Amino acid sequence: MMFTIFRDLFRSRGAFAAGVVLLAFVLLIAAASLVSPYPPNDSFVVAPDLAPSWPPVLGTTSRGQDVFWQLTFAIRNTLLFGFIVALVSRIIALVVGLVSGYAGGFTDRVLMSINDTFIVIPLFPILVLFYFVMRERMSWTLLALAMACLGWAYDARLIRSLAMSLRTREFTDTALFSGMNTRQILTQEHMPYVLPIVFSTTMNNINWSIGLEVTLSVLGFTDINTPTIGVMIYWANQHTAMVAGIWWWIFFPVLLVVITFIGLFLLAVSMNEYIDPRSRLSRVAT
Amino acid sequence: MTGPLLEVRDVARSYAMGPLLSRHRVRAVDGISFTMPSERAEILAVIGESGSGKTTLARMILNMLLPTQGSICFRGTDLSEIRRGRDRLDFMKRVQPVFQNPFEAFNPLKKIDRYLFMTARRVAGLNAISDVENRVDEVLRKVGLSLAELRGRFPHELSGGQLQRIAIARALIPAPALLVADEPVSMIDASLRLSIVNLLRRLRDETGVAIVYITHDLATAYSISDRILIMREGRVVESGDARTVLDNPQHPYSIMLKAAVLSPDAASFTKD
Amino acid sequence: MTDPVLSVSDLRAYYQTSAFGVQREVRAVDGVTLQVGANEIYGLAGESSCGKTTLIRTIAAATRPPLKVVSGAITFNFHGRRIIVTDVDPQALADIRWKHLSCIMQGSMNVLNPVRRIRHSFVDFAFRHVGAPMPAFLEMVTVHLQRLELDPQILDAFPHQLSGGMRQRVAIALATVCRPAFIIADEPTTALDVIVQNSVLAMIREVQRELGSSLIFVTHDLAVHANLSDRLGIMYAGRLVEEGRTADVFRKPMHPYTVNLISALPRIGRDNRSKGLEGAPPNLADPPSGCRFHPRCPIAMDICRRENPPMSEVAPGHRAACFAVTPERTQ
Repeated sequence: MMFTIFRDLFRSRGAFAAGVVLLAFVLLIAAASLVSPYPPNDSFVVAPDLAPSWPPVLGTTSRGQDVFWQLTFAIRNTLLFGFIVALVSRIIALVVGLVSGYAGGFTDRVLMSINDTFIVIPLFPILVLFYFVMRERMSWTLLALAMACLGWAYDARLIRSLAMSLRTREFTDTALFSGMNTRQILTQEHMPYVLPIVFSTTMNNINWSIGLEVTLSVLGFTDINTPTIGVMIYWANQHTAMVAGIWWWIFFPVLLVVITFIGLFLLAVSMNEYIDPRSRLSRVAT
Repeated sequence: MTGPLLEVRDVARSYAMGPLLSRHRVRAVDGISFTMPSERAEILAVIGESGSGKTTLARMILNMLLPTQGSICFRGTDLSEIRRGRDRLDFMKRVQPVFQNPFEAFNPLKKIDRYLFMTARRVAGLNAISDVENRVDEVLRKVGLSLAELRGRFPHELSGGQLQRIAIARALIPAPALLVADEPVSMIDASLRLSIVNLLRRLRDETGVAIVYITHDLATAYSISDRILIMREGRVVESGDARTVLDNPQHPYSIMLKAAVLSPDAASFTKD
Repeated sequence: MTDPVLSVSDLRAYYQTSAFGVQREVRAVDGVTLQVGANEIYGLAGESSCGKTTLIRTIAAATRPPLKVVSGAITFNFHGRRIIVTDVDPQALADIRWKHLSCIMQGSMNVLNPVRRIRHSFVDFAFRHVGAPMPAFLEMVTVHLQRLELDPQILDAFPHQLSGGMRQRVAIALATVCRPAFIIADEPTTALDVIVQNSVLAMIREVQRELGSSLIFVTHDLAVHANLSDRLGIMYAGRLVEEGRTADVFRKPMHPYTVNLISALPRIGRDNRSKGLEGAPPNLADPPSGCRFHPRCPIAMDICRRENPPMSEVAPGHRAACFAVTPERTQ
């Protein structure tokens, strides 16, 4: 059944097909990291500063690393990071939003006060502060968790307003009188309406977290020993790659992350219309 | 059990409305009292226009809202004392609703038999799959449908009349003592209303379920009710035996209501 | 009928959707022919999803994809000027709208702009048709409102300050301010309380009598038709199944569907134990062959499954589409 959906979408929506192709490309490169001949953190394994040719398809860096193989690790780590942040923050947003919207009253007010506090926190300074506090103990998991904690508030409000309107719909009352408890109503009756929003915010969230990660890494506020897109650019800057003419060290990471962004965006936009309950209803064949 | 089935005593419900600094209270329901007997199943019609408070009253009887004043007792138990999950489930076994909008009563994304099975399992407490399916089929047949024709179907595949019948069937699964029907036919075509309303009466006769029938339609209320309450702006203006009140209303508002009902017989007189 | 104001001939309008590889064609209006004369209230009745709303939309030339007029013609005749709605450009339509042809829809209250005063709605809709300077226009509107027994002060109010019934009355005043020759009303009183409904219907009757316009009034409630319409047309599954003077249709309904509809009306003072029809209206994406009513018809014959009965005259001014009642029966 999932396959027929996939196939229908692929055939009828150019945006979806394009998004799938782009993301498949990116994922392929990330998967290639598993067969990399060079360990990610080693330097000076190949001749440095070689322009793109064959075999170093994308050239080599000033640290003597093959740009292509570095890129495979970089994009893998970046994607993993974005995905984890999105997942954790979605879970928090869903729980807070659904509970707050459904329960209303005192619970709602308390949760929303907490929520609004998180919305107004300035992300960038906090994350920089976080780095300075953690220093050597800084790790990607910690950063992921920190960002997840900062990235749920906006979407929780969105989910809450949806939950509030769902609460007033008659089928919620029918479900109540059919014997369902709150947890069942939220997960079985309301979730299908909430998921499209969650999905679209997930894509945005991934893009946001990758963007923030790149920014922080370029400035050196993360663990610069693990290769990610941002870290690659950081090292390139450290070695003044642009001035030295080693453009491929910066160009290819940027190109790959842009492809990722566009792919995710296209996917989100095309899937969203498909998942949206209203268009789903008009599509069910009789 | 010799006490009344339902006892509503001087019930009122008010809301605070208006901006933050000059809130005033609106009394949606203002001092209503009536009882429904338990010796015989009765259809009580509550008639009122919009803003009369009839839906608020329905929600209070269903224990979805608490009155701000007065009390509602079902079989001797005050509804405000029902708090725990188990007590609520027991209450739902005995009192079930039928709502106004058949198209909204079921989640459009879910199959419709799901609610029926769920009610049979959770509210009626049936466990074995055969028991569940038999009970569901049994109630569906009572409303003129069957499990075979509805299995796996979605709400949008069915008409308003069918959906409302399914809603009634669902409410009947735990064999409740009281059905609260809030404008069950106002969103259904005029030509189908009588068949659904007659179904309610037939169910009362066959299963002994009492019905609170809330409506603004005097003609259907005349057809099936035993007693009638006419509400206006939260208060009861006239009550009594249905035929007596509707054949010969006393209160000026009731008279006005009856005069406003359009009769199909007007067509039989030639127009100029 | 001497030169009807509206003439619909063999109209077919379908919803054609094609989404995510699924094609559907819903035959909402499938061969409707009717005429509305001058100074006449034509009532259109039928269950929901019988096609009456689609028919109205097509007559009002308010069709938007996926709704498409597949064949047939709609012709208006405004004081000698003929317009074929199905065949004319949008600019010509915009000219006749509101001035010659106006609409009162269900939830007409939503027609009024919620953030502006009522006066602005009148200006938005009618000003350009009247062609008079603003003060004269507002004077005209005030006179119109007074004639309809509405307090001209409501012009200064916002829509949310008025009750539902009042907004509907304003919507009627709005629709009639240009004195149109043809008014379309789609379930204008369905959402209203009984007492308010009566006053709104009285207003509609009064307006029609005063302007002498023709009115198509659509509602599923036959009791309303009994008290308002001059002629009545019954629709079922996209087709017209009976039509005639309201009194005739009520006194002597011909088509089995009409018979059932009329017997299903509850009346105070009567013991209403009628048995309804079995089944449900057909799916218009896949309608039954022949007569669309035959699966539910108590007197269905063999021919009903094969052929679609044409609308034929069963009495002067009274037509029905049923093989069982038409004088000529196929041997």
